[in-house]
Amino acid sequence: MAMDAGEIERLIKESMPDAVVTIEDLRGDGDHYACHVISSAFAGKNRVQQHQLVYQSLKGRMGTELHALALQTSAPD
Amino acid sequence: MLDEATKKRIDTEVTENDVLLFMKGTPVFPQCGFSAVVVQVLSHLGVKFKGVNVLEDPDIREGIKDYSSWPTIPQLYVKGEFVGGCDIIREMFETGELAEMFQTRGIDAKHPVA
Repeated sequence: MAMDAGEIERLIKESMPDAVVTIEDLRGDGDHYACHVISSAFAGKNRVQQHQLVYQSLKGRMGTELHALALQTSAPD
Repeated sequence: MLDEATKKRIDTEVTENDVLLFMKGTPVFPQCGFSAVVVQVLSHLGVKFKGVNVLEDPDIREGIKDYSSWPTIPQLYVKGEFVGGCDIIREMFETGELAEMFQTRGIDAKHPVA
């Protein structure tokens, strides 16, 4: 099971158009990524809510197609 | 989907245990890197916690994801409230927020010298 980085970025930007997304493939296996997302959609939300927004944008792939996504989120300064 | 019986079991676990970690494996033998990180953080802070091994309980393994609308394991609960998964716990630990959160909720935690 794997996903490609471009697909992850596309899905995140589909639901958060202003998102700045940086993705690193940690093991080169398409299954373990580190991802930093900056979006105004996170403003006023706590970390759990911010990460849930990203998981929702991945439409059920998190934990199924995509095994590991080390996630960092922040609102723009 | 989260059936009523599983929901009740989860409710009981999270309310009866101040610090509860749904994880893969056990605190002594974590069977997933992310679960191991959270176990290390909690041990480093000297926080007593209970581990629930979801690998031995498929209903809980799937049910907990609906319960907190969080798609992955591990999941840490403190006084019945979902605090986060591996990334959030590590981030809170590094900023000192985790030790602070334990103290404000009346849970013994060593304040690490960063």
